[in-house]
Amino acid sequence: MRSSLKRLSRKIAEISQRYREPRIEMSRAVRAALQFLRFYLLFLVCLMVYKFILLLN
Amino acid sequence: MNFFSKLYYKLRKMWKAIQLYLVIAGPGIVVMVADNDAGGITTYAATGAKYGYHLIWFLLVLIPVAYYVQEMTVRLGAVTKRGLAEAIFDGFGATWGWYALIDLMLVNWLTLVTEFIGMTAALHIFGVPPWLTVTGVVLLMAIIVLNGRYWTWEKIALLFCALNLIYIPAAFMIHPSASDIVKDGLVPNFPGGFNGQLFFFLMANIGTTIAPWMLFFQQSAVVDKGMQEKDIPWGKFDTLIGSALTVVVAIFIVIVTGTTLNGSDIDSAGRAAEHLMQTDRYVGTFMAIGLFDAGLLGAICISLASSWAFGEIFGWAHSLNQNIKQAPWFYASYFFALITAGLVVLIPGAPLVLITLFVQVIAVTLLPAVLVFLILLLNDRLTMGDYRNSVWQNLVGGFVVASIVTLSSLYGISVMFPNLFQ
Repeated sequence: MRSSLKRLSRKIAEISQRYREPRIEMSRAVRAALQFLRFYLLFLVCLMVYKFILLLN
Repeated sequence: MNFFSKLYYKLRKMWKAIQLYLVIAGPGIVVMVADNDAGGITTYAATGAKYGYHLIWFLLVLIPVAYYVQEMTVRLGAVTKRGLAEAIFDGFGATWGWYALIDLMLVNWLTLVTEFIGMTAALHIFGVPPWLTVTGVVLLMAIIVLNGRYWTWEKIALLFCALNLIYIPAAFMIHPSASDIVKDGLVPNFPGGFNGQLFFFLMANIGTTIAPWMLFFQQSAVVDKGMQEKDIPWGKFDTLIGSALTVVVAIFIVIVTGTTLNGSDIDSAGRAAEHLMQTDRYVGTFMAIGLFDAGLLGAICISLASSWAFGEIFGWAHSLNQNIKQAPWFYASYFFALITAGLVVLIPGAPLVLITLFVQVIAVTLLPAVLVFLILLLNDRLTMGDYRNSVWQNLVGGFVVASIVTLSSLYGISVMFPNLFQ
Protein backbone atom coordinates (compact mmCIF):
# COMPACT_ATOMS: atom_id res chain seq x y z
CA MET A 1 0.00 0.00 0.00
CA ARG A 2 2.73 2.40 1.06
CA SER A 3 4.88 1.62 -1.92
CA SER A 4 1.89 2.07 -4.24
CA LEU A 5 1.24 5.50 -2.75
CA LYS A 6 4.90 6.37 -3.15
CA ARG A 7 4.81 5.27 -6.79
CA LEU A 8 1.69 7.33 -7.36
CA SER A 9 3.18 10.47 -5.79
CA ARG A 10 6.35 9.95 -7.88
CA LYS A 11 4.22 9.68 -11.00
CA ILE A 12 2.28 12.85 -10.09
CA ALA A 13 5.56 14.71 -9.55
CA GLU A 14 6.84 13.43 -12.89
CA ILE A 15 3.69 14.61 -14.70
CA SER A 16 3.89 18.00 -12.98
CA GLN A 17 7.50 18.27 -14.09
CA ARG A 18 6.72 17.22 -17.67
CA TYR A 19 3.99 19.84 -18.04
CA ARG A 20 5.70 22.52 -15.94
CA GLU A 21 5.98 25.00 -18.79
CA PRO A 22 2.67 25.85 -20.48
CA ARG A 23 2.93 25.75 -24.26
CA ILE A 24 0.32 28.47 -24.78
CA GLU A 25 1.51 31.83 -23.63
CA MET A 26 -0.97 33.78 -21.57
CA SER A 27 -0.73 37.40 -20.59
CA ARG A 28 -0.78 38.30 -16.92
CA ALA A 29 -4.34 39.65 -17.29
CA VAL A 30 -5.64 36.41 -18.83
CA ARG A 31 -3.92 34.41 -16.12
CA ALA A 32 -5.46 36.60 -13.42
CA ALA A 33 -8.90 36.37 -15.04
CA LEU A 34 -8.66 32.57 -15.14
CA GLN A 35 -7.55 32.48 -11.53
CA PHE A 36 -10.45 34.71 -10.52
CA LEU A 37 -12.92 32.57 -12.49
CA ARG A 38 -11.60 29.44 -10.82
CA PHE A 39 -12.06 30.80 -7.30
CA TYR A 40 -15.40 32.36 -8.11
CA LEU A 41 -16.78 29.10 -9.47
CA LEU A 42 -15.50 27.22 -6.43
CA PHE A 43 -17.21 29.81 -4.23
CA LEU A 44 -20.49 29.23 -6.11
CA VAL A 45 -20.14 25.48 -5.70
CA CYS A 46 -19.62 26.00 -1.95
CA LEU A 47 -22.85 28.03 -1.88
CA MET A 48 -24.66 25.19 -3.61
CA VAL A 49 -23.33 22.66 -1.14
CA TYR A 50 -24.54 24.98 1.65
CA LYS A 51 -28.01 25.10 0.05
CA PHE A 52 -27.95 21.31 -0.28
CA ILE A 53 -27.24 20.95 3.43
CA LEU A 54 -29.98 23.48 4.23
CA LEU A 55 -32.51 21.48 2.21
CA LEU A 56 -31.31 18.27 3.78
CA ASN A 57 -32.08 19.56 7.25
CA MET B 1 -31.28 7.64 -70.90
CA ASN B 2 -29.17 10.60 -69.97
CA PHE B 3 -31.63 11.47 -67.20
CA PHE B 4 -31.50 7.95 -65.73
CA SER B 5 -27.74 7.78 -65.82
CA LYS B 6 -27.54 11.14 -64.06
CA LEU B 7 -30.08 10.00 -61.47
CA TYR B 8 -28.15 6.76 -60.93
CA TYR B 9 -24.93 8.72 -60.50
CA LYS B 10 -26.53 11.08 -57.99
CA LEU B 11 -28.10 8.24 -56.01
CA ARG B 12 -24.81 6.39 -55.95
CA LYS B 13 -23.01 9.49 -54.74
CA MET B 14 -25.63 10.01 -52.05
CA TRP B 15 -25.40 6.39 -50.94
CA LYS B 16 -21.62 6.68 -50.72
CA ALA B 17 -22.00 9.82 -48.60
CA ILE B 18 -24.43 7.99 -46.29
CA GLN B 19 -22.04 5.04 -46.05
CA LEU B 20 -19.19 7.39 -45.17
CA TYR B 21 -21.33 9.11 -42.55
CA LEU B 22 -22.26 5.74 -41.03
CA VAL B 23 -18.55 5.00 -40.63
CA ILE B 24 -17.80 8.35 -39.02
CA ALA B 25 -21.07 8.61 -37.03
CA GLY B 26 -20.89 7.70 -33.39
CA PRO B 27 -19.13 10.00 -30.95
CA GLY B 28 -21.46 12.96 -31.59
CA ILE B 29 -24.69 10.99 -31.39
CA VAL B 30 -23.56 8.82 -28.46
CA VAL B 31 -22.34 11.75 -26.37
CA MET B 32 -25.40 13.88 -27.03
CA VAL B 33 -27.95 11.13 -26.45
CA ALA B 34 -26.04 9.85 -23.43
CA ASP B 35 -26.38 13.38 -22.18
CA ASN B 36 -30.07 12.55 -21.69
CA ASP B 37 -28.90 10.42 -18.81
CA ALA B 38 -30.80 9.50 -15.64
CA GLY B 39 -30.15 12.94 -14.15
CA GLY B 40 -31.29 14.51 -17.39
CA ILE B 41 -34.52 12.50 -17.53
CA THR B 42 -35.18 13.41 -13.89
CA THR B 43 -34.56 17.10 -14.62
CA TYR B 44 -36.82 17.13 -17.69
CA ALA B 45 -39.55 15.16 -15.89
CA ALA B 46 -39.40 17.57 -12.94
CA THR B 47 -39.37 20.58 -15.33
CA GLY B 48 -42.50 19.33 -17.10
CA ALA B 49 -44.29 18.55 -13.84
CA LYS B 50 -43.36 21.93 -12.37
CA TYR B 51 -43.72 24.31 -15.34
CA GLY B 52 -45.82 22.35 -17.86
CA TYR B 53 -44.82 23.23 -21.42
CA HIS B 54 -43.54 26.69 -20.49
CA LEU B 55 -39.81 25.96 -20.73
CA ILE B 56 -39.84 24.07 -24.06
CA TRP B 57 -38.53 27.20 -25.84
CA PHE B 58 -35.53 27.21 -23.52
CA LEU B 59 -34.72 23.61 -24.48
CA LEU B 60 -34.82 24.58 -28.16
CA VAL B 61 -32.27 27.33 -27.48
CA LEU B 62 -29.98 24.64 -26.12
CA ILE B 63 -29.66 22.88 -29.55
CA PRO B 64 -27.18 25.41 -31.03
CA VAL B 65 -25.54 25.87 -27.62
CA ALA B 66 -24.82 22.14 -27.36
CA TYR B 67 -23.71 21.94 -30.99
CA TYR B 68 -21.26 24.85 -30.86
CA VAL B 69 -19.72 23.66 -27.62
CA GLN B 70 -19.34 20.02 -28.66
CA GLU B 71 -18.15 20.55 -32.23
CA MET B 72 -15.06 22.29 -30.84
CA THR B 73 -13.99 18.98 -29.30
CA VAL B 74 -14.34 17.27 -32.70
CA ARG B 75 -11.94 19.74 -34.32
CA LEU B 76 -9.50 19.70 -31.42
CA GLY B 77 -9.49 15.88 -31.21
CA ALA B 78 -9.15 15.32 -34.96
CA VAL B 79 -6.33 17.88 -35.32
CA THR B 80 -4.28 17.22 -32.17
CA LYS B 81 -5.04 13.46 -31.87
CA ARG B 82 -5.13 13.86 -28.10
CA GLY B 83 -7.86 14.08 -25.49
CA LEU B 84 -8.93 17.28 -23.77
CA ALA B 85 -7.23 16.46 -20.46
CA GLU B 86 -3.86 16.01 -22.16
CA ALA B 87 -4.44 19.11 -24.30
CA ILE B 88 -5.11 21.22 -21.19
CA PHE B 89 -1.98 19.89 -19.41
CA ASP B 90 0.11 20.53 -22.49
CA GLY B 91 -1.36 23.93 -23.30
CA PHE B 92 -1.70 25.49 -19.85
CA GLY B 93 0.70 23.58 -17.65
CA ALA B 94 0.35 21.17 -14.74
CA THR B 95 -1.43 23.47 -12.25
CA TRP B 96 -4.39 24.15 -14.54
CA GLY B 97 -4.24 20.59 -15.77
CA TRP B 98 -4.62 19.08 -12.31
CA TYR B 99 -7.44 21.50 -11.55
CA ALA B 100 -9.33 20.44 -14.69
CA LEU B 101 -8.66 16.75 -14.07
CA ILE B 102 -9.75 16.78 -10.41
CA ASP B 103 -12.79 18.85 -11.37
CA LEU B 104 -13.67 16.28 -14.04
CA MET B 105 -13.15 13.30 -11.75
CA LEU B 106 -15.33 14.76 -9.02
CA VAL B 107 -18.20 15.79 -11.28
CA ASN B 108 -18.03 12.54 -13.24
CA TRP B 109 -18.18 10.43 -10.13
CA LEU B 110 -21.12 12.42 -8.76
CA THR B 111 -22.90 12.11 -12.11
CA LEU B 112 -22.21 8.39 -12.11
CA VAL B 113 -23.97 8.19 -8.74
CA THR B 114 -27.02 9.86 -10.31
CA GLU B 115 -26.99 7.25 -13.10
CA PHE B 116 -27.22 4.47 -10.53
CA ILE B 117 -29.96 6.39 -8.70
CA GLY B 118 -31.96 6.50 -11.94
CA MET B 119 -31.38 2.87 -12.83
CA THR B 120 -32.29 1.54 -9.38
CA ALA B 121 -35.39 3.76 -9.28
CA ALA B 122 -36.46 2.52 -12.72
CA LEU B 123 -36.08 -1.17 -11.95
CA HIS B 124 -37.57 -0.73 -8.46
CA ILE B 125 -40.87 -0.05 -10.26
CA PHE B 126 -40.68 -3.60 -11.63
CA GLY B 127 -39.82 -4.99 -8.19
CA VAL B 128 -36.06 -5.39 -8.71
CA PRO B 129 -34.11 -4.62 -5.49
CA PRO B 130 -31.35 -1.95 -5.75
CA TRP B 131 -28.49 -4.35 -4.91
CA LEU B 132 -29.50 -6.60 -7.80
CA THR B 133 -29.68 -3.63 -10.20
CA VAL B 134 -26.22 -2.38 -9.17
CA THR B 135 -24.67 -5.85 -9.51
CA GLY B 136 -26.40 -6.54 -12.82
CA VAL B 137 -25.39 -3.20 -14.29
CA VAL B 138 -21.72 -3.58 -13.31
CA LEU B 139 -21.66 -7.06 -14.87
CA LEU B 140 -23.40 -5.89 -18.04
CA MET B 141 -21.00 -2.99 -18.44
CA ALA B 142 -18.06 -5.32 -17.91
CA ILE B 143 -19.29 -7.48 -20.78
CA ILE B 144 -19.78 -4.41 -23.00
CA VAL B 145 -16.32 -2.87 -22.50
CA LEU B 146 -14.26 -6.03 -22.19
CA ASN B 147 -14.90 -7.18 -25.74
CA GLY B 148 -11.74 -5.28 -26.69
CA ARG B 149 -12.95 -3.15 -29.61
CA TYR B 150 -14.03 0.47 -29.81
CA TRP B 151 -16.30 -0.22 -32.80
CA THR B 152 -18.29 -2.95 -31.05
CA TRP B 153 -18.65 -0.79 -27.97
CA GLU B 154 -19.87 2.13 -30.07
CA LYS B 155 -22.46 0.07 -31.93
CA ILE B 156 -23.84 -1.27 -28.62
CA ALA B 157 -23.96 2.29 -27.29
CA LEU B 158 -25.82 3.41 -30.44
CA LEU B 159 -28.38 0.67 -29.80
CA PHE B 160 -29.01 2.09 -26.33
CA CYS B 161 -29.25 5.54 -27.95
CA ALA B 162 -32.07 4.27 -30.16
CA LEU B 163 -33.95 3.05 -27.09
CA ASN B 164 -33.78 6.62 -25.74
CA LEU B 165 -36.40 7.51 -28.37
CA ILE B 166 -39.01 5.56 -26.38
CA TYR B 167 -40.30 8.86 -24.95
CA ILE B 168 -41.58 9.94 -28.37
CA PRO B 169 -44.28 7.23 -28.67
CA ALA B 170 -44.99 7.68 -24.94
CA ALA B 171 -45.80 11.36 -25.57
CA PHE B 172 -48.14 10.51 -28.45
CA MET B 173 -49.95 7.92 -26.32
CA ILE B 174 -51.12 10.56 -23.85
CA HIS B 175 -52.61 12.79 -26.59
CA PRO B 176 -51.21 16.19 -25.64
CA SER B 177 -52.78 19.34 -27.07
CA ALA B 178 -50.59 20.58 -29.94
CA SER B 179 -52.04 24.07 -29.72
CA ASP B 180 -51.20 24.28 -26.00
CA ILE B 181 -47.63 23.15 -26.70
CA VAL B 182 -47.21 25.84 -29.36
CA LYS B 183 -48.98 28.54 -27.31
CA ASP B 184 -47.24 27.86 -23.97
CA GLY B 185 -44.02 26.25 -25.06
CA LEU B 186 -42.71 28.07 -28.08
CA VAL B 187 -43.11 31.65 -26.86
CA PRO B 188 -40.20 32.62 -24.60
CA ASN B 189 -41.50 33.19 -21.08
CA PHE B 190 -40.36 32.83 -17.49
CA PRO B 191 -43.13 31.06 -15.58
CA GLY B 192 -43.62 32.48 -12.10
CA GLY B 193 -41.11 35.28 -12.74
CA PHE B 194 -37.45 35.33 -11.77
CA ASN B 195 -36.85 33.42 -8.57
CA GLY B 196 -34.36 30.99 -7.12
CA GLN B 197 -36.37 27.97 -8.19
CA LEU B 198 -36.53 29.08 -11.83
CA PHE B 199 -32.77 29.79 -11.88
CA PHE B 200 -32.22 26.35 -10.41
CA PHE B 201 -34.34 24.67 -13.10
CA LEU B 202 -32.78 26.66 -15.94
CA MET B 203 -29.31 25.73 -14.69
CA ALA B 204 -30.25 22.10 -14.24
CA ASN B 205 -31.56 22.03 -17.82
CA ILE B 206 -28.33 23.54 -19.16
CA GLY B 207 -26.38 21.13 -16.96
CA THR B 208 -28.15 18.16 -18.49
CA THR B 209 -27.53 19.39 -22.04
CA ILE B 210 -23.88 20.39 -21.78
CA ALA B 211 -21.67 18.95 -19.07
CA PRO B 212 -17.90 18.83 -18.50
CA TRP B 213 -17.73 15.05 -19.03
CA MET B 214 -19.19 15.44 -22.52
CA LEU B 215 -16.32 17.64 -23.66
CA PHE B 216 -13.73 15.16 -22.44
CA PHE B 217 -15.68 12.16 -23.67
CA GLN B 218 -16.29 13.32 -27.23
CA GLN B 219 -12.73 14.45 -27.78
CA SER B 220 -11.33 11.17 -26.45
CA ALA B 221 -13.85 9.19 -28.52
CA VAL B 222 -12.83 11.12 -31.65
CA VAL B 223 -9.20 10.23 -30.92
CA ASP B 224 -9.94 6.58 -30.02
CA LYS B 225 -11.95 6.24 -33.21
CA GLY B 226 -9.02 7.58 -35.21
CA MET B 227 -10.81 10.49 -36.89
CA GLN B 228 -8.69 12.69 -39.17
CA GLU B 229 -8.96 16.34 -40.25
CA LYS B 230 -10.82 15.27 -43.39
CA ASP B 231 -13.51 13.67 -41.20
CA ILE B 232 -14.26 16.91 -39.34
CA PRO B 233 -17.28 17.94 -41.50
CA TRP B 234 -18.91 14.55 -40.87
CA GLY B 235 -18.00 14.72 -37.19
CA LYS B 236 -19.70 18.12 -36.99
CA PHE B 237 -22.76 16.78 -38.80
CA ASP B 238 -22.84 13.87 -36.37
CA THR B 239 -22.75 16.34 -33.47
CA LEU B 240 -25.52 18.44 -35.00
CA ILE B 241 -27.79 15.40 -35.37
CA GLY B 242 -26.97 14.39 -31.79
CA SER B 243 -27.72 17.89 -30.46
CA ALA B 244 -31.10 18.00 -32.17
CA LEU B 245 -31.91 14.45 -31.07
CA THR B 246 -31.09 15.05 -27.42
CA VAL B 247 -33.29 18.16 -27.24
CA VAL B 248 -36.16 16.49 -29.15
CA VAL B 249 -36.15 13.64 -26.62
CA ALA B 250 -36.00 16.17 -23.76
CA ILE B 251 -39.01 18.04 -25.18
CA PHE B 252 -41.03 14.83 -25.44
CA ILE B 253 -40.27 14.03 -21.78
CA VAL B 254 -41.42 17.52 -20.78
CA ILE B 255 -44.57 16.95 -22.85
CA VAL B 256 -45.26 13.62 -21.08
CA THR B 257 -44.95 14.99 -17.55
CA GLY B 258 -46.30 18.43 -18.52
CA THR B 259 -49.49 16.85 -19.82
CA THR B 260 -50.14 14.24 -17.19
CA LEU B 261 -48.44 15.48 -14.04
CA ASN B 262 -48.53 19.27 -14.42
CA GLY B 263 -48.81 20.90 -11.00
CA SER B 264 -48.06 17.71 -9.06
CA ASP B 265 -45.09 17.50 -6.77
CA ILE B 266 -42.85 15.27 -8.88
CA ASP B 267 -39.14 15.59 -8.27
CA SER B 268 -37.79 12.47 -9.92
CA ALA B 269 -38.28 10.48 -13.10
CA GLY B 270 -38.78 7.34 -11.00
CA ARG B 271 -41.71 8.90 -9.17
CA ALA B 272 -43.03 10.27 -12.45
CA ALA B 273 -43.01 6.73 -13.87
CA GLU B 274 -44.80 5.42 -10.75
CA HIS B 275 -47.51 8.09 -11.10
CA LEU B 276 -47.85 7.45 -14.81
CA MET B 277 -48.31 3.73 -14.14
CA GLN B 278 -51.54 4.62 -12.34
CA THR B 279 -52.93 6.64 -15.27
CA ASP B 280 -51.50 4.69 -18.21
CA ARG B 281 -49.58 1.50 -17.56
CA TYR B 282 -47.80 1.52 -20.90
CA VAL B 283 -46.63 5.12 -20.68
CA GLY B 284 -45.40 4.48 -17.13
CA THR B 285 -43.55 1.38 -18.32
CA PHE B 286 -42.01 3.33 -21.23
CA MET B 287 -40.89 6.02 -18.80
CA ALA B 288 -39.25 3.44 -16.52
CA ILE B 289 -37.53 1.61 -19.39
CA GLY B 290 -36.31 4.93 -20.80
CA LEU B 291 -34.97 5.95 -17.41
CA PHE B 292 -33.03 2.70 -17.01
CA ASP B 293 -31.66 2.96 -20.54
CA ALA B 294 -30.64 6.59 -19.96
CA GLY B 295 -28.85 5.70 -16.74
CA LEU B 296 -27.04 2.79 -18.36
CA LEU B 297 -25.93 4.82 -21.38
CA GLY B 298 -24.82 7.68 -19.15
CA ALA B 299 -22.88 5.33 -16.88
CA ILE B 300 -21.12 3.68 -19.84
CA CYS B 301 -19.97 7.02 -21.23
CA ILE B 302 -19.15 8.88 -18.03
CA SER B 303 -16.97 6.17 -16.55
CA LEU B 304 -15.15 5.94 -19.88
CA ALA B 305 -14.60 9.71 -19.96
CA SER B 306 -12.80 9.51 -16.60
CA SER B 307 -10.69 6.48 -17.57
CA TRP B 308 -9.67 8.03 -20.87
CA ALA B 309 -8.63 11.28 -19.16
CA PHE B 310 -6.65 9.42 -16.47
CA GLY B 311 -4.97 7.23 -19.06
CA GLU B 312 -3.94 10.22 -21.18
CA ILE B 313 -2.31 12.01 -18.25
CA PHE B 314 -0.73 9.08 -16.45
CA GLY B 315 0.51 7.59 -19.67
CA TRP B 316 -1.37 4.32 -19.26
CA ALA B 317 -2.68 2.40 -22.23
CA HIS B 318 -6.18 3.83 -22.58
CA SER B 319 -8.08 2.48 -25.53
CA LEU B 320 -11.11 0.25 -25.84
CA ASN B 321 -9.17 -1.46 -28.62
CA GLN B 322 -6.84 -2.87 -25.96
CA ASN B 323 -7.83 -5.73 -23.71
CA ILE B 324 -7.63 -5.86 -19.92
CA LYS B 325 -4.07 -7.26 -19.97
CA GLN B 326 -2.83 -4.48 -22.25
CA ALA B 327 -4.62 -1.67 -20.41
CA PRO B 328 -5.10 -2.84 -16.78
CA TRP B 329 -5.18 0.63 -15.21
CA PHE B 330 -7.65 1.90 -17.77
CA TYR B 331 -10.12 -0.83 -16.86
CA ALA B 332 -9.26 -0.70 -13.13
CA SER B 333 -10.15 3.01 -12.92
CA TYR B 334 -13.27 2.35 -15.01
CA PHE B 335 -14.57 -0.31 -12.61
CA PHE B 336 -13.41 1.51 -9.48
CA ALA B 337 -15.55 4.55 -10.38
CA LEU B 338 -18.44 2.33 -11.35
CA ILE B 339 -18.50 0.17 -8.23
CA THR B 340 -17.98 3.00 -5.70
CA ALA B 341 -20.75 5.07 -7.36
CA GLY B 342 -23.05 2.04 -7.28
CA LEU B 343 -22.37 1.51 -3.58
CA VAL B 344 -23.51 5.07 -2.71
CA VAL B 345 -27.00 4.25 -3.95
CA LEU B 346 -27.18 1.33 -1.54
CA ILE B 347 -26.64 3.58 1.53
CA PRO B 348 -29.94 3.43 3.43
CA GLY B 349 -31.78 6.76 3.61
CA ALA B 350 -29.48 8.66 1.23
CA PRO B 351 -31.28 11.75 -0.27
CA LEU B 352 -31.08 10.41 -3.79
CA VAL B 353 -33.46 12.80 -5.55
CA LEU B 354 -31.84 15.88 -4.03
CA ILE B 355 -28.40 14.55 -4.98
CA THR B 356 -29.53 14.06 -8.59
CA LEU B 357 -30.76 17.63 -9.05
CA PHE B 358 -27.81 19.23 -7.26
CA VAL B 359 -25.25 17.28 -9.24
CA GLN B 360 -26.68 18.76 -12.47
CA VAL B 361 -26.36 22.26 -11.04
CA ILE B 362 -22.82 21.75 -9.69
CA ALA B 363 -21.77 20.28 -13.04
CA VAL B 364 -22.98 23.32 -14.94
CA THR B 365 -21.39 25.70 -12.43
CA LEU B 366 -17.98 24.14 -13.02
CA LEU B 367 -18.44 23.95 -16.79
CA PRO B 368 -17.14 27.47 -17.67
CA ALA B 369 -13.68 26.65 -16.30
CA VAL B 370 -13.22 23.83 -18.82
CA LEU B 371 -15.03 25.72 -21.55
CA VAL B 372 -12.63 28.65 -21.30
CA PHE B 373 -9.67 26.28 -21.74
CA LEU B 374 -11.37 24.69 -24.72
CA ILE B 375 -11.96 28.06 -26.40
CA LEU B 376 -8.36 29.14 -25.75
CA LEU B 377 -7.05 25.87 -27.21
CA LEU B 378 -9.23 26.32 -30.29
CA ASN B 379 -7.65 29.74 -30.80
CA ASP B 380 -4.11 28.38 -30.83
CA ARG B 381 -3.08 29.20 -34.40
CA LEU B 382 0.07 27.08 -34.18
CA THR B 383 -1.76 23.84 -33.43
CA MET B 384 -5.16 24.37 -35.02
CA GLY B 385 -4.13 26.17 -38.21
CA ASP B 386 -7.17 26.43 -40.51
CA TYR B 387 -9.34 24.65 -37.99
CA ARG B 388 -9.05 27.32 -35.30
CA ASN B 389 -12.15 29.14 -34.04
CA SER B 390 -13.71 31.86 -36.19
CA VAL B 391 -14.85 35.13 -34.62
CA TRP B 392 -18.44 33.86 -34.67
CA GLN B 393 -17.50 30.62 -32.91
CA ASN B 394 -15.62 32.60 -30.26
CA LEU B 395 -18.61 34.88 -29.78
CA VAL B 396 -20.95 31.92 -29.29
CA GLY B 397 -18.48 30.23 -26.92
CA GLY B 398 -18.04 33.45 -24.94
CA PHE B 399 -21.78 33.97 -24.78
CA VAL B 400 -22.31 30.45 -23.40
CA VAL B 401 -19.63 31.00 -20.73
CA ALA B 402 -21.08 34.40 -19.77
CA SER B 403 -24.64 33.05 -19.63
CA ILE B 404 -23.69 30.14 -17.40
CA VAL B 405 -21.66 32.32 -15.04
CA THR B 406 -24.53 34.85 -14.85
CA LEU B 407 -27.14 32.17 -14.17
CA SER B 408 -24.92 30.47 -11.57
CA SER B 409 -24.34 33.84 -9.91
CA LEU B 410 -28.07 34.59 -9.83
CA TYR B 411 -28.71 31.22 -8.24
CA GLY B 412 -25.88 31.88 -5.78
CA ILE B 413 -27.42 35.25 -4.89
CA SER B 414 -30.83 33.63 -4.42
CA VAL B 415 -29.22 31.16 -2.00
CA MET B 416 -27.61 33.94 0.03
CA PHE B 417 -30.62 36.27 -0.12
CA PRO B 418 -33.68 34.04 -0.49
CA ASN B 419 -36.15 36.94 -0.35
CA LEU B 420 -34.52 38.99 -3.09
CA PHE B 421 -36.25 37.34 -6.06
CA GLN B 422 -39.70 36.75 -4.58
